[in-house]
Formats: sequence, structure tokens, C-alpha cells
Amino acid sequence: MKNRFLAGPYLLWMAVFTLIPLGIVVYYAFTDSITGAFTLENLAKIGIYLPIFFRSMGLAAIACVICLIIGYPVAWCIAKASPSRRRLLSMLVMLPMCMSFLLRTLAWVALLEDTGIVNQALGAIGLGPLPLVRNNGAVILGMVYNYLPYMITPLYTVIMKIDPKLEEAAQDLGCSGGQVFRRVTLPLSIPGIVSGITMVFVPAVSTFYISQKLGGTGTVLIGDVIESQFKTAYNPNLGAALSLILMLMVLICVGIMNHFSSDEDLGEELVVQ
Amino acid sequence: MSKELIRLGDVSMVFDGEPVLDHIDLTINDHEFLTLLGPSGCGKTTTLRIIGGFQTPTSGDVYFDGQRINDLPPYRRKINTVFQKYALFPHLDVYDNIAFGLRVSKLPERSVDKRVMEILEIVSLRGFQNREVTSLSGGQQQRVAIARALVNQPKVLLLDEPLGALDMRLRKDMQNELKRIQQALEITFIYVTHDQEEALAMSDTVVVMDKGCIQQIGSPVSIYNEPKNAFVADFIGESNILDGVMREDFLVEFFGHRYRCLDKGFGKNEPVDVVIRPEDVDIIAPAENVLCGTVTNVIFKGTFYDTFVDVQGFTWLIQTTEFCPVGTRFGIQLDPDAIHVMKKSKYSEQFGDYSSYSDEYDELEADPEGGADEE
Amino acid sequence: MKRFSKIFTVIVFVFLYLPMLVLAAASFNKGSDVGAFTGFTFQQYGALFKDHTLLPLLRNSIITAVLAAVISTILGTMAAVGIFNMNKRPKAIAMAITNVPMTNPDIVTGVSLALLFAFAGTLMRKNGVMGFWTLLIAHITFDMPYVILSVMPKLTQMDPDLQEAALDLGCTPIQAFFRVVIHEIMPGILSGALMAFTMSLDDFVISYFVYGPNFVTLPVEIYNYTKKPLQPKIYALFTLLFLVILALMVIMNLLQNRDNLRRQAGRGRGRA
Repeated sequence: MKNRFLAGPYLLWMAVFTLIPLGIVVYYAFTDSITGAFTLENLAKIGIYLPIFFRSMGLAAIACVICLIIGYPVAWCIAKASPSRRRLLSMLVMLPMCMSFLLRTLAWVALLEDTGIVNQALGAIGLGPLPLVRNNGAVILGMVYNYLPYMITPLYTVIMKIDPKLEEAAQDLGCSGGQVFRRVTLPLSIPGIVSGITMVFVPAVSTFYISQKLGGTGTVLIGDVIESQFKTAYNPNLGAALSLILMLMVLICVGIMNHFSSDEDLGEELVVQ
Repeated sequence: MSKELIRLGDVSMVFDGEPVLDHIDLTINDHEFLTLLGPSGCGKTTTLRIIGGFQTPTSGDVYFDGQRINDLPPYRRKINTVFQKYALFPHLDVYDNIAFGLRVSKLPERSVDKRVMEILEIVSLRGFQNREVTSLSGGQQQRVAIARALVNQPKVLLLDEPLGALDMRLRKDMQNELKRIQQALEITFIYVTHDQEEALAMSDTVVVMDKGCIQQIGSPVSIYNEPKNAFVADFIGESNILDGVMREDFLVEFFGHRYRCLDKGFGKNEPVDVVIRPEDVDIIAPAENVLCGTVTNVIFKGTFYDTFVDVQGFTWLIQTTEFCPVGTRFGIQLDPDAIHVMKKSKYSEQFGDYSSYSDEYDELEADPEGGADEE
Repeated sequence: MKRFSKIFTVIVFVFLYLPMLVLAAASFNKGSDVGAFTGFTFQQYGALFKDHTLLPLLRNSIITAVLAAVISTILGTMAAVGIFNMNKRPKAIAMAITNVPMTNPDIVTGVSLALLFAFAGTLMRKNGVMGFWTLLIAHITFDMPYVILSVMPKLTQMDPDLQEAALDLGCTPIQAFFRVVIHEIMPGILSGALMAFTMSLDDFVISYFVYGPNFVTLPVEIYNYTKKPLQPKIYALFTLLFLVILALMVIMNLLQNRDNLRRQAGRGRGRA
């Protein structure tokens, strides 16, 4: 019917405010900041930033793995709870996502700094102070803390959808508890795992606030570099080039991840409760 | 009967390159109860949706009361539909569901009330007006769906397998009910089903369809007694379909025996399909010049036995009132009116042998005959 | 196994809520150092309500979030209906476009919009294009996909015959939408709207690149603040917002429970 034209305003909007801006990013990435002439220089500078790219990806990947390891049992536990408790718990997982992540990250600083709450507690029992902040570990902790709900939510949605009869059937066919998990539950939760990893990895690899607050001089991430190109160093062309590379990297990672799952609509698990 | 109301002229429908309807010509008269009968995927629902206005045919014309209505949207047609799974609006109660169409057409609330109450009476749902539709049983939801369509006083009511979701007994009740309503309100019903028994019981006219083509149009009796080809013969009731040769008018030969019959107009020695209904076979003592067979299997069916008989390597289904144990050998006697001769068609050789009995039943899928075994 | 995962889940929830607890505690602290609790007081809350810098920022945030949520819900719902009725190919393309802002890092979305607005500004020969409108446009842009992704499954779940039944009973397509379809997809629209609102309210990364000095939202200001020492009344504001969002979520949860119960009751009786 004709009502498919209802998508017109939306598609027009997305063309103007999503596709064209990405085109402009590409344009800036290939032009000189002063003369505006075509150049590959911005992209050539990537070499200098390569270690930072790798650090970003490495920390984000570690954060992903930790989120998965922590998140899966929690998601499983929520999915297997009674319906009313399930709704309550999933709400409690979602709630932090709605609260200022800036302030919550700052709270971690207050907890972890040398004179912070944790070190005070450690001091009371005669330990420390331990260097808990301004290092890679603290940045990973910040990522895990901030993005864990993005891992749990899709996992729990997918696990909940698994027909319990399938697990019963596996038991009937002779699987022990562990085998049921390995042969049935885990393979069927792969779409949730893929979705969760994507939703943790993308914001983690591009973050700049977490590294600024919890990291030190040695933990500058690619997000910090891009932010500074636009906000302090005023070299939008270099910033655009770095953004372009970041975008392509994420695209490749997401593409590889999606290869493991037939689920096309990313984020749908997050949205549909 | 009476005057023409709907006509499909050379209607074809193609979905994604797949032909669904293949040059359909069909005339539907006023006050008629017409059934589109066929296996799933035969195009019957598509035909109904074209009449309802939910689909536009790829080619061909649809006429209503003499006017071409190809491009008339459903909401401008004096046609209403009873949907397969009822499609009752879950956010409205029984009364509001039924009043829906009247309110859309801006009828004054007083007339709405009068008409809703009247129709509730007709479908025997008085007192149910304030119930939530989700709280009703299947049969009651069915009645609401019928009432919601009929209250708009359509010229034509389309029913898409409306009894499909009901259990056996309720189906029989609703068949009678629908027939009663149709006769009381004198509305044209176009009914879609894959259940041949339902079609024969309710219809004035049956349209048998397969693979997007109309195979036969006729009254239930003529369709049963004079099927046009092997498909119709097989789909409507049980049939033994044999290879035969028409020796001359009123004389057909099969399995090496010649039989008197009532058919004529075939070429001399023309190969034909011969249909023998299982209930039309008489059993006699075996003799020299009589077609004979051996019983291979017997199934008790209540009022009769389904007896499977091997006749020269071809398995017949014969319905007998007396029990003939496996291994019994008897002769087969056929009266001229038990034999129906059909021209060869693309369906020849596909049906009629009962050697693979269970497969045959699978092919008729949800056919209630299949359920008869369990009763 | 079960017991272990239960205990583990409790620990994870403590981990998730510990920082918020710290902030809530800080809001009642006499001293300004989060790490040292020197005494209980409500004075931060008093200071918050007398404050003339924080509340206007909160107002800005709420205005942006409400407007962005309303507009994106309307456009997004229309789009979902439109995309739902598309053929396979265009549908796949439209969904791919919808996924762009969802998979793109926020910083890239923010940067690209900033470049677009700057570019448009030079075209219009206007300085300082960044402001309320650029912020609103950016928020609508990242909100709409959430609305679409939450409405779309409701459309898929809906019995397609319902819409046809409405047409059959005399509704034009528009009437059919408002009389029937919208009731069926309402839970999706509401959760989409709510999600859009919360995403907008707390968005920092994208806003940070497209805001102007005349219209600053709370998260952006908090970021700018944290380069200086933080004012303790912000903790009071955080605690209040936490309670508001908690209340909203509880209400939504209750509504959902009721909806589910009603559905179950309907199905149960329908079968009898």
C-alpha cells in the first residue's frame, strides 16, 4: 500500500543528518586544513597514532571479554527468574544506563584515588595505599562498569527466548547440566553475545571521558585524540581522518562479529524488552 | 437463479514471478452461497482477497453489479469479510467491535445501538455486548466476527476458512448456523475452504480450484456425481480412478472387461479415466467372466468397512457393509450408473490407486476424513 | 551452579550501584570531598533549589529531551509503519540506514554532525550556528532509530488481518491506523518514546560536539565543570534525578505487569 511513503520524512532526515555528514567527514579527511586542497597527508599521519588505535582496541576488547564473563551468568540468572522478579532485575540493569555516566565515572575516581574510599578502607586494615587509578586497569574498570548493562540486556533477552523445552530435550537425550549449557544454551545465545559485544565494544573503543578521568598520561585513547582535534587543537581535518579510520575499524569489527550471527538488526535486543 | 452480482473476467495474479491465479473466469449470482474449494495454495484465498479489494489482480477485471471495481479500495466496497482468525479488535469489547463499521460510516448512535442489538440476536450472542473479545471462546469470537461483518448490511459476505480454528462438533453447528443466517438475510456468501464435506453441505455452487485454475464449477451434487477430471474426482470424496478405453457410446472397457455406462460423445476407442465411487461397488461371488479381486486390508469405519482390494495389481477402495477378511476373493459388479467416464487430463495417472493409502490421506492434509480414523 | 550465579548476580548489582550510592551519600555530606564524610546535612538540596545556574541547565536538558522524544516518536513511528510496508529490498536498505547511528561510535556521529553544521554555517555566512536547533536536530537523529527498533517488532507481531478488517469495515487507511493499528503498537511507541527521552536526557558525547554557548545541557556542563572542582549540589541533583527515573521505571514496570496479566487472563479464558 501507499503508506510506505510514511518513511519518506525519516529517510530524508537520515540522508541529510547521517549520510551527508559522513560524506563531509570523508571530504575533510582528504583535504588540507588551510588550503582546502586534496591531500592524503591527514591519513598519512595515522601512522603516528597507530599505537593509540591499538591501545584503544586492546582495552576495549579486554573490557568486552570481562563484560561477557561477568554479564553472562547475571543475564542467565535474570532470564531464569520468575516473571515479576525478571522485570524488576532487568529494570535494575537498565537504570544505570539512564543516569549521568559522567558523574558515575567520577564516583569511581572518588572510590579509587589514593586518598579515596577504597584506599581508606584498606588503610584501616593496614594495607595500601594501592595505585588504583590512572592506569590501564582503571580505564578497563570504567569501561566494564559503564557498558556492562549493554552486555547483560541483549544476553538476557536472547536467553529468555530460548524454549526451556529445548534444554529439557537435551537432558532427555542424555546431556548433563554442563553439556546442556555447552551444546544447547550457549550456541542459542550467540546472537545475544554478538549483539552485546558490539554494544560494549563500539562505545568503549571510542570513549574519551573514561580515559580522561580514570586514566593517566599513558592511557590516552583514540577518542581523546579526536576530541582534542575538534575542541583544543582545532585541526578538524586530522580529526575527520581519525574519525574515518575509527569508523572503518568499528565497521570491520562489527562486520566480523555479525558473521557469527544471522541477526541483522543490531540493538534490537536492547530495545525490545 | 437470480441476477449476476460479481464477475471475474480473465483474472490473473502473479506474486514475485510466481503465477497464483491463471486466467480465472467466474460469475457469482445474487443471494448465492458459493464456495471456493481446493487444497492450500490453489489460489482460493487470493481470489477472495481480490473480490474483497485487498489485492489488485495483475491482469483481468473484477465487476460488481456491472461496474469495474479493480481499483476500488476495500473501504468503498459493499462487501464485508469474516477473517480466518477473526481479526477482532482486542482493544474493543464485543459491542464496540460490532459497532465499528457503523461508527466509521457516521451512523447516529441510536441507530448503531438498534442494529448492534438486532445482529447480536441473530448470531445468538444477546447479553454478551460488554464482554472483552479476548474472554470469549472460539465459537463466540466466530459469531462476533460474523456479526461485525453482517451489521453493515453488505451485499456480499466473504468468509475465509471461518471454521478452520474450531473443533469438529462446533464446526458442524456453525455450518448449520451460517446456512441459516445466509438464507434468513438473503446475502451472497463467498466461502473459502479446503474441507470438501463442508463445501458440499453448505453451498449452492462449488468452485473447485487447483494450481491457480478453476477445475470445475457446479452444484454439490453434480460435482460429486460428475467430476470433470481426476483431480476433482479425487478431491471430492473417495474415488477409484481407472485407466479405460471407450469402445463406443455407452460401452467402456477396463481391466479387460466391458461395462455398460451412461456416458457418450467420446471418440471410438478413446483412452479415458473411469471413476468408480467406493460405495457404488457391489460384491458378488467370483466367476469366470467377472472382474475379481483379493482383499488386502480392512478398516472398520463404523457404519461400513473400508475394504482394500487388489485387482490385477491395482488397489481399489470398496466400502462394504459386511466384513470380508483379508484374503477373501470376490467378484466386482458395476451398474451402469456406478461408472463415470472422464476425458484424460493432466491429472490422469496421479490419483485413484489406493495402494499407497496413507500417502493419499497426507496429501489431503487437514481434510476431516483424515481425522475420522481417530473417532 | 544456581546458588553461585545468584550470589554472583548480587555482587554484580552491588558493583553497578556502588558508585551511585557514593554519589547519593555525597549529597548529604557536609564537606565537599566525596571521599570524606564529615556530617549529615540537607543543605546541598537547599543550595540546589536556590541555584540559578544548575536549574536552567536542567530545564534545557528536559526541553531538548522532551522535544526530541516527541518529534522522533512521531517521525519514527511513521517511518516504522512505512518501512514495515516496504518490499524486501527497500526495507533492507532502510533498516541498514537505521543501523548506521546505532553502530557508529557516538563520537563519530557527533563529529560528523558538527562538521555538517559548521559547513552549513559557512554556506549561510553565519557565525555560531551551534545552539538549540543543532542540538535538537542531533538528538532527533540519534533518537529515531530507537523508536523504529521498538515499534517495528510490535508491527511484526500484530495480526495483519486487523488492519484489513478495519479497511473492510469502511476505514480509510488513515482511519484504520488511528482506530486500530495504533492501539496494537502503543506499547512499542511508548517504550520507544521513553527510551528516546532518557537517551536524550543523558546524552553527553554527541551534544558535546553540537551545543552552543547559549544553550548548554546539564551533562555538557557537568563535563565542563569537572575540569574544575565539582560543586556538591550536583550530587543532590543526581540523587533527585535518580529517584525520578526510578519512579518512572517502576511505573512503567507496573503498567507492563498489568498489561501482561490482562493478556494472560484473556488468553486463559479464551481457551476455556
